[in-house]
Amino acid sequence: MSSTDFIRRMPSAALDLRRPINFWTRMHIDVPLAALLIVLTLYGLAVLYSAGGGQWYYVKRQAVFFCMGYVLMIAVAQVNLAFLERWGWALYLFGFVLLILVLVMGVGAKGAQRWLSLGGFRFQPSEVMKLAVPMMVAAYLARRMLPPSLKYIVASLAMVIGPAVLILKQPDLGTAILIAMSGLIVLFFAGLPWRYIISAGVMVAASAWPAWHFLLHDYQRTRILTLLNPEADKLGAGWNIIQSKTAIGSGGWPGKGWLNGTQSQLDFLPESHTDFIIAVLAEEFGLKGVLLLMLLYGLLLVRGIFIAMNAQHTYGRLLAGSIIFTLFVYIFVNIGMVAGLLPVVGVPLPFFSHGGTALLTLMISFGLLMAVSTERRRVLKS
Amino acid sequence: MSEPQTLKDHFREARIFRHRVAVIVLLMVALFALLLAQFYNLQIVHHGDYVTQSDRNRIHVRPLAPTRGLIYDRNGKLLADNRPSYTLSIIKERVDNLDETLDILEDLVALSDNDREKFKHRLQQRRRPFESVPLRYRLAEDEIARVAVNEFRLPGVEVEAQLVRYYPYSNLYAHSVGYVGRINERELKGFSEEQYQSYSGTYTIGKIGLEREYESLLLGEVGYQNVETNARGRVLRVVEQTDPKPGQNLQLFLDSEVQQAGLKALAGRRGAIVAIEVDTGGVVAMVSSPSYDPNLFVTGISHKDYNSLTRSRDLPLFNRAIQGEYPPGSTIKPLIALGGMHYNVVDPYKAVFDRGFYQLENEKRRYRDWKKAGHGRVDMRVAIRESCDTYYYDLAYKLGIDRLHEFGNYFGMGQYTGIDIPSERKGNWPSRRWKRDYRGLPWFPGDTLNVGIGQGDVLATPLQLAVMTATLANRGKRVTPRLVQARSPQATSTSLQDVPDQQWDLVISAMEEVVHHRSGTAYKAGRGMSFRMAGKSGTAQVVGIAQDEEYDSEALAERHRDHALFVGFAPVEDPQIAVAVIVENGEGGSSEGAPVVRKVMEQYLNQPIDLAVTTLSMSGEGHVEH
Repeated sequence: MSSTDFIRRMPSAALDLRRPINFWTRMHIDVPLAALLIVLTLYGLAVLYSAGGGQWYYVKRQAVFFCMGYVLMIAVAQVNLAFLERWGWALYLFGFVLLILVLVMGVGAKGAQRWLSLGGFRFQPSEVMKLAVPMMVAAYLARRMLPPSLKYIVASLAMVIGPAVLILKQPDLGTAILIAMSGLIVLFFAGLPWRYIISAGVMVAASAWPAWHFLLHDYQRTRILTLLNPEADKLGAGWNIIQSKTAIGSGGWPGKGWLNGTQSQLDFLPESHTDFIIAVLAEEFGLKGVLLLMLLYGLLLVRGIFIAMNAQHTYGRLLAGSIIFTLFVYIFVNIGMVAGLLPVVGVPLPFFSHGGTALLTLMISFGLLMAVSTERRRVLKS
Repeated sequence: MSEPQTLKDHFREARIFRHRVAVIVLLMVALFALLLAQFYNLQIVHHGDYVTQSDRNRIHVRPLAPTRGLIYDRNGKLLADNRPSYTLSIIKERVDNLDETLDILEDLVALSDNDREKFKHRLQQRRRPFESVPLRYRLAEDEIARVAVNEFRLPGVEVEAQLVRYYPYSNLYAHSVGYVGRINERELKGFSEEQYQSYSGTYTIGKIGLEREYESLLLGEVGYQNVETNARGRVLRVVEQTDPKPGQNLQLFLDSEVQQAGLKALAGRRGAIVAIEVDTGGVVAMVSSPSYDPNLFVTGISHKDYNSLTRSRDLPLFNRAIQGEYPPGSTIKPLIALGGMHYNVVDPYKAVFDRGFYQLENEKRRYRDWKKAGHGRVDMRVAIRESCDTYYYDLAYKLGIDRLHEFGNYFGMGQYTGIDIPSERKGNWPSRRWKRDYRGLPWFPGDTLNVGIGQGDVLATPLQLAVMTATLANRGKRVTPRLVQARSPQATSTSLQDVPDQQWDLVISAMEEVVHHRSGTAYKAGRGMSFRMAGKSGTAQVVGIAQDEEYDSEALAERHRDHALFVGFAPVEDPQIAVAVIVENGEGGSSEGAPVVRKVMEQYLNQPIDLAVTTLSMSGEGHVEH
């Protein structure tokens, strides 16, 4: 079985054999993906300029992070996937230790301990885990027979739940869920049997009531209640949702024009340059601007899925699938929250929200995608 | 499972992955569709609603308080002014931590416990969202500066320039002009929605006196300003403005000179003066002593000040001129005399003999004259001049209570005068029916005798006495007293028409003799006058003393003394002014009351400049008409 015919297994690779390896492939850069990233980056900076009150301050900072992000992306794209597959556990272990350190000696803000302060540089270890967890699970499962048996499923779950619990302790429910999801989706792509998925779903539904009463913090309950009825506390918890819906709704189809959004420019919209930036876009560029954004995101996801499906190895396939799905979750959760469909959780909008670390993580994940995308050709080349 | 690699089926893995991706893609499409549906819903379906909401968000309607109408005396002197004042106020909705903010402010401006307490109380009242609530009035320059410097850490704190009512004459007009004060909860609850709108920029409302009576005229109409604000309420620009309409100014009949002369003549004694123009009913002077400074009430009086006012035995808040009900005593004798002639029960020229007391048939009780020895032979003229009680006991008895009651009504006894300030009392002009209803007793002949000399159950306010006197001066035409000069001529109320001139002449000349005849009771007070005055003195017994009052022999004795009253009009040949005065516990109406009346009249009648102005303005109007 190990001597399975290479060509027969990978029919599309045969075409590549005949195609000359161009400059971009040699540089490990996926051109359609890169083009989409650049368009999204520019769109994001334009909106950020307006969200920052028509000032260069945030745009400059964000542009610097983007530059760093692109450099990191290209650097990560050069890494051999086999190397990652073998040594990914080290990153996971490193992140795990950092998470424990955060709980012991972390820096707090607003009642949560999420940061490590390393010589004046503040750093959020959960960012590491956003990539380390799917890498770890993917590497683990890639070496097993798929679909995974119960034993491997349990082992994978342990890998996911460990860091998730540590992050939950900070407490940061949103990130914990996202990280758990990025690991679980690997399991899903690896062929987790439907019966497990369905029974897990039933269990989650059954535990919703006790979770509401015993697991959630007061502020988390408030957020959910606020979503259901923002009018109940107009000036308090409901303010964000009411203002963002007002911003979006008043934009209409054409929008109020760049830099002309009254909700955003007159400070009615909270967090307008970070989590709620889509409301600025929707107010100033209208529904057409939103449609353009969705189109760009859609193309990005399509390209990512294409890369995943054409990946050479199981590891690359699972990792790319997880990265794409996580990206989708970020997009959906953020936009859903601002549009009043989901409770307020601190999830940034990729390419738009101001914020350095999240952006670097994002670019690194695209670096991984590019590594997966160009792996196939590299393998053929060698 | 020793070597997983050997067991791997790459085709199967890829196939599973493709299936799973298909599921995920379906999920993504569905959720993206959901997002788009929500955006379509917000931006297209409910676009209009959100546009409205967004506009309301940034466009705030701010009420602009109208300038309250000013109040002038007859000579154009300002009695109620508006002065700019800087008020520190707080918009609670914009304050993060109210207690903290108050603590910070305490370091910057002087805040008394009273200010804090009042502020907390005002916060409880109904108010529009984002309406500012005043914390302290009359900030000093340096306080404004300190607040301005610390503005960044005081969100929701504002320094507003406001016009605040000011009464330059302080206590002189407290009882006539009254004062404005903060709108209280009870007033707020009583507001109709329309009123609620019209007071949206205004913090104060007329509480008593003219300020209350003419509230609707003085208030003016509220204006509005549409301003664009940011979320913190900072005004960025004014979009649109409707100017407020200032309230109407009021010109009064009151004359500051006369008012001051009257207050001076009272010389700190408790009492009241009312002077009205005989023709118009215009109130030239209305004094109630002691008085108080109405400015204290404008921005909220402190508990200490208020308690000292309410607990004072001298009742400074009590408007004696319209609320003080006193037995009129002998001041109503001219009225009784006229009644006797009107109903033809007496021959005014026939003298009777006064032994010093009067006795009813079949009754032992002696009704005493104030002069123990009696006046001897008295006719009506002498009886008025010397204020002979016995003559009036007899006259009242002959008239009987029913006719007395009917005749007194012509002079406004026991009725509201209808003056244009609130809280007037109507005294009491007794009748059989009144006694039955209120005392549950039948009318006794002795009661009638008491009415004849203005004692017993007879009560009248100084204002009523002034109206009665003016009615005498007008020979039966009764006017409604007015403080504010109206544009249309004053309507007169009931007239007593069928009294012949000769009877008026008799009574009026007898009243003239009270002041100018050697044996008149007020002869002393009338000496050296530059005009002729007709008057009548009165002395009212103070009935009893309240049981719970502290024992203070001197004060007690003082407050036990009779009230001194005097009414009069002048000049006799062409009456212009009628005055009523009461000096509480002053004892002698002629000795204490008459000089006050004289000083008020002299001040009013000997004002050549004022008369010239009046003449000029009248001729001016004439020209306009041609």
